[in-house]
Amino acid sequence: MAEVEETLKRIQSHKGVIGTMVVNAEGIPIRTTLDNSTTVQYAGLLHQLTMKARSTVRDIDPQNDLTFLRIRSKKHEIMVAPDKEYLLIVIQNPCE
Amino acid sequence: MVTRARPSLLCLAGSAGAETLATGGATGVEGPERPGPLQDETLGVASVPSQWRGVQGIRGETKSCQTASIATAEASAQTRKCADAEVQTEAPELVGVPSVPWNDGPRLAAFLRRVEVMVTQELNKNWQSHAFDGFEVNWAEQQQTVTCLHTLGYPPAQGQGLHVTSVSWNSTGSVVACAYGRLDDGDWSTLKSFVCAWNLDRRGLNPQQPSAVVEVPSAVMCLAFHPTQPSHVAGGLYSGEVLVWDISRPEDPLLWRTGLTDDTHTDPVYQVVWLPEPQHSHRFQVLSVATDGKVLLWQGAGAGRLQLSAGFALAVQQLPRNTKLKKPPRGETEVGATAVAFSSFDPSLFVLGTEGGYPLKCSLAAEEAALAWTPSSVPLRAPARFTFSPHGGPVYSVSCSPFHRNLFLSAGTDGHVHLYSMLQAQPLTSLQLSHKYLFAVRWSPVRPLVFAAASGEGDVQLFDLQKSSQKPTVSIKQTQDESPVYCLEFNRQQTKLLAAGDAKGTVKVWQLSTEFTEQGPRETEDLDQLAAEVAA
Repeated sequence: MAEVEETLKRIQSHKGVIGTMVVNAEGIPIRTTLDNSTTVQYAGLLHQLTMKARSTVRDIDPQNDLTFLRIRSKKHEIMVAPDKEYLLIVIQNPCE
Repeated sequence: MVTRARPSLLCLAGSAGAETLATGGATGVEGPERPGPLQDETLGVASVPSQWRGVQGIRGETKSCQTASIATAEASAQTRKCADAEVQTEAPELVGVPSVPWNDGPRLAAFLRRVEVMVTQELNKNWQSHAFDGFEVNWAEQQQTVTCLHTLGYPPAQGQGLHVTSVSWNSTGSVVACAYGRLDDGDWSTLKSFVCAWNLDRRGLNPQQPSAVVEVPSAVMCLAFHPTQPSHVAGGLYSGEVLVWDISRPEDPLLWRTGLTDDTHTDPVYQVVWLPEPQHSHRFQVLSVATDGKVLLWQGAGAGRLQLSAGFALAVQQLPRNTKLKKPPRGETEVGATAVAFSSFDPSLFVLGTEGGYPLKCSLAAEEAALAWTPSSVPLRAPARFTFSPHGGPVYSVSCSPFHRNLFLSAGTDGHVHLYSMLQAQPLTSLQLSHKYLFAVRWSPVRPLVFAAASGEGDVQLFDLQKSSQKPTVSIKQTQDESPVYCLEFNRQQTKLLAAGDAKGTVKVWQLSTEFTEQGPRETEDLDQLAAEVAA
């Protein structure tokens, strides 16, 4: 139990990290460091996007699979680490 | 019987009814003449000539007739249908994060263990990477060049040779107003002058026909729209008067005026600005600066009067002596103020441009009494806190940065723009933009590193300090014959618009290219750096 919290804390403590959350396979957030409504929004949207990205990769080459998703935006960098059961979403400010 | 026999002869096929009738008739004619036996009788021949031709001839008459012309009229009718409906939705229920049982420990921990290394790597890489530095994606359509959208003018004013002395955008950003006056004519004139306004969003905009024209008895030197009331505009006159008009009332636009009292400025008013009242932030006062050395705050009172609510006076003797200033000739004590700009961060802090060429940092909270040389209904105070090192000539325009609390720009008749920090007397940088005068300088409301300047050579110069700190990024020719541009103003609502007025009596509305309207990455940081670096 404590291991989960510690890992999340470690990730959160990296430079520029704004928020970290863990989302389950249904797109429901189960751990977060952000406020409620932001978390729900990020979780729902990024879950859909990750599923879409994964199916794109697999449609192009059925032997291939999505391992990591990075989104660069004007304000943030959003990283998604997918897995069979969970998604880890980290939002970071780009470098100075 | 005979009587019976006659009818039976006449009516062989007589019916019972006919018989009855005949019987009656027989009874009626019963008299002296007895009917004799039946005998032959010859009757005269009656001939009826055919008349069909004759009749036709007579009938063949020509006749004509005409009906009265049918009167038509058009009428229209319309019914009005009103319906009121009210709907209310329930306040959206916040979708909470469902509480998933916390006993998902081992698998979640395993997942995190798996991905942590990868995420950590990426986070570090990301933080150090400069791969995206200066990379910009352009999703919106790019406006490549600065283009002239409208060329506005009022022919009667232009015919009198009046200049556009000031322009102002209203609070909605759709109306631009300009003041007509003369800057080169240092004489009291009785020439009629105008304030004109155009609504750029109105369909069928006529550039030669303003949507509102206000006639003013004296030259108008400056103009400022109310910060919230879209139709209220304040103006300062050459005569020293300050007026407030409502341009939505074309018959009687004047709302308030100072009149010519002891309180009124005795010299031309060079700038007016609206300030929120200290206690009620939604009510506004008018602040005016003039070359008689006074800065006055006016409040709209009853009976259309602007009443003096506070005042400041600048005397050479009371200026902070942190720079070498020429010793004033005996008796001359006033410091003529020609421009004012308020800090975007401290509502009581403002910068004055003076005829002496040195900008002054001033405060509305000043307590010290001013050396009074004229009677006034409220005690005047001395506002100056700090004197900056001077330009080579009078300062016509100052502008405080909307993005940095210490930076401000000044422009003067020496053709230089100075970038000052509030904290030091020497300018951070000094740029010569014109060989003649500079009449106006303004920071962009959206790009921290962009400002515009109006030159005496007829150019509007746009500066992007990110691109070059030496020469203008874009220089637009406003007038073909190099007659000066006197004023310019960015539009705070429609940020790609810039209005500039010139000596030809023309206001041009420029559409800025995208590079001047979209803030680049880390621009605010660059501005901070500029303020810090040059100061060091």
